[in-house]
Amino acid sequence: MNLKDKLVSSYLAFDDHLEDDSPIHEIRKKAIHTFEEKGFPTKKEEDWKYTSLKSILNKDYSVFPKGDKEVKFKKVRNYFLYDIDSYKLVFIDGVYSSFLSETTHDGLDICLLSAALSKSKYKAVIENYYNKAAAKNSISSLNTAFAREGAYINIPKNKEVEKPIEIINFSTGNESALMVQPRNLIVVGENAHVQIIERHQSLTANPVFTNSVTEIFAEKRAYLDYYKIQNDKENASLIDNTTIHQEQDSNCKVHSFSLGGKLTRNNLNFIQNGEHCESTLKGVTILKDKQHVDHNTLVKHNAPNCESHQDYKGLYADSSTGVFNGKVIVEKQAQKINAFQQNNNILIDDNATVNAKPQLEIFADDVKCSHGCTIGQFDEDALFYLRSRGIGLKEAQALLMYAFANTVLESVKIPELKRRINKLIANKIGVNIGFDI
Amino acid sequence: MLQINELHAGVENKKILKGVNLEIKPGEIHAIMGPNGSGKSTLSSVISGNENFEVTKGSVKFLDENISELGPEERAHRGIFLSFQYPVEIPGVSVTNFIKTAINENRKAQGLEDMPASEMLKLIKSKADLLEIDRKFLSRSLNEGFSGGEKKRNEIFQMAMLDPKLAILDETDSGLDIDALKIVANGVNKLKNKDNAVIVITHYQRLLDYIVPDFVHVLIDGKIVKSGTKELAYELEAKGYDWIKEELVS
Repeated sequence: MNLKDKLVSSYLAFDDHLEDDSPIHEIRKKAIHTFEEKGFPTKKEEDWKYTSLKSILNKDYSVFPKGDKEVKFKKVRNYFLYDIDSYKLVFIDGVYSSFLSETTHDGLDICLLSAALSKSKYKAVIENYYNKAAAKNSISSLNTAFAREGAYINIPKNKEVEKPIEIINFSTGNESALMVQPRNLIVVGENAHVQIIERHQSLTANPVFTNSVTEIFAEKRAYLDYYKIQNDKENASLIDNTTIHQEQDSNCKVHSFSLGGKLTRNNLNFIQNGEHCESTLKGVTILKDKQHVDHNTLVKHNAPNCESHQDYKGLYADSSTGVFNGKVIVEKQAQKINAFQQNNNILIDDNATVNAKPQLEIFADDVKCSHGCTIGQFDEDALFYLRSRGIGLKEAQALLMYAFANTVLESVKIPELKRRINKLIANKIGVNIGFDI
Repeated sequence: MLQINELHAGVENKKILKGVNLEIKPGEIHAIMGPNGSGKSTLSSVISGNENFEVTKGSVKFLDENISELGPEERAHRGIFLSFQYPVEIPGVSVTNFIKTAINENRKAQGLEDMPASEMLKLIKSKADLLEIDRKFLSRSLNEGFSGGEKKRNEIFQMAMLDPKLAILDETDSGLDIDALKIVANGVNKLKNKDNAVIVITHYQRLLDYIVPDFVHVLIDGKIVKSGTKELAYELEAKGYDWIKEELVS
């Protein structure tokens, strides 16, 4: 049985256990119908032209893994940014781990989506926001049909969350192949501030296919700083679907560090609904072997006087492949928009490939939009310059890579995270010199 | 210190250097002059190990070692420094971090530990003062948006930090006004001692008023065709290069 058929029949069994009168039930039914109709995206679709899912769809994934798996803190400690100075929402094979998590209901909600979906006190929020931002395409619909667990974060008006929130999805490898579909709902209230770090991490080399959906709503003057750490093992693949709705004067930033995994697809959508919004989308991608990362971004300017900044840097070694497909839509009423998009790539080896496709659709007449895209190799003159000062070839290349990625790294606001990412990148490029740029 | 014998070098199929001979001893300053396209910059690139140029014949010896097969960093570790005619802009790397990395990579090659941070800061401060470099300048991205004068001053600052045995100044005077030229020349003179040597590559005699050479060589069409003392530079300034070419023909 292929994966699509397996999922559709699994849904039927799953559906039997659901409460018929839940408002979510209707949403699920509609969603599985969409998925059944459209199936997994193929390269024939324009948006998936450069990314084939074939190599990950041919595994026999467990869709409903057995729960009750515990993982020792000692074993996964390094994947957390902090031992105690963060809130944590930890999921193991898709199931919530209360042991590793640190949640709260004290003045703000940082808890489980399953709780929010089932308890009546959250009903109003769920009705207002749930599935309102997620795309209605087949892959997001697949998640919507099966979504059971994930992070539920609701920051009330004027609340400044004093420590970052870590959302971590571990997979144990107890299943020979596992598919998980985390679902996160995040509401950042008026003038509230929050920093979130998300990561998906397998603990063995067994194949894992994660299809994640995150819906974020940033109310007026809300501030969100979101970091995605994508440094998974060699058989882990991720489709990340994140949509952010922004209201007036809100400021939202997403940094994606794509340094590992087998195949990663980032569908990152920003929808600006009010004036004076600021959106920042930044990414550093460093790949080797046959790794593949596809950044598919959308910024939709629906209101005037807003800004968006995109800056994606990619370094590709061996036969790795990268895709940057960045779309900016400026609606007719969205005058005085500043929209910038920058995508620079360095091919370290001859077999590496990058496909870059900026798309600007501008219907307003008084806007400032720019996009720049480069694909190149190391600057030989710069390498010679550095080497002539006694810096070895490998270190000189590393220094240039750091410098290249620095426009993204410098805006990481959590110092400990920045330090970790610097270290990750140093490991990735195999050098041990203390750059602190 | 440096011995160049019958050096032939070029790029792809183009011959640029066609048999250069040059010997430099510790404590000496040599000026190499010549018209555009005569091979001056190629010579400095080849000595410092730029792999874009291919050596087809001859040899370069430094401190009695044949360095023809060494990479640029290995030559730097042995004490060769090139002040670039066109220093490369490297956005995202500050002057300070760059020079710290360079110093420590050189120390690593010599089997030494990293220089302690306090010592590094002191060294940076004293060398920046020598070249009248503002501290703010040191935190800027390497050469990015620098004026011509700032770039050249930064080159000599790096030279001061690395304290090479042989410094090659490739057209260091181009793009400098007279005040900056004096600062740069003063820096070079202060760094000069009986154990190190300098090659000054220039079009004009002006720089040689401040960095006074022991020998002047004229490079034309890939060969050193005339050598002399500093008076030769004045003669070239007054009469141009044509008379030498005519001498050669006759």
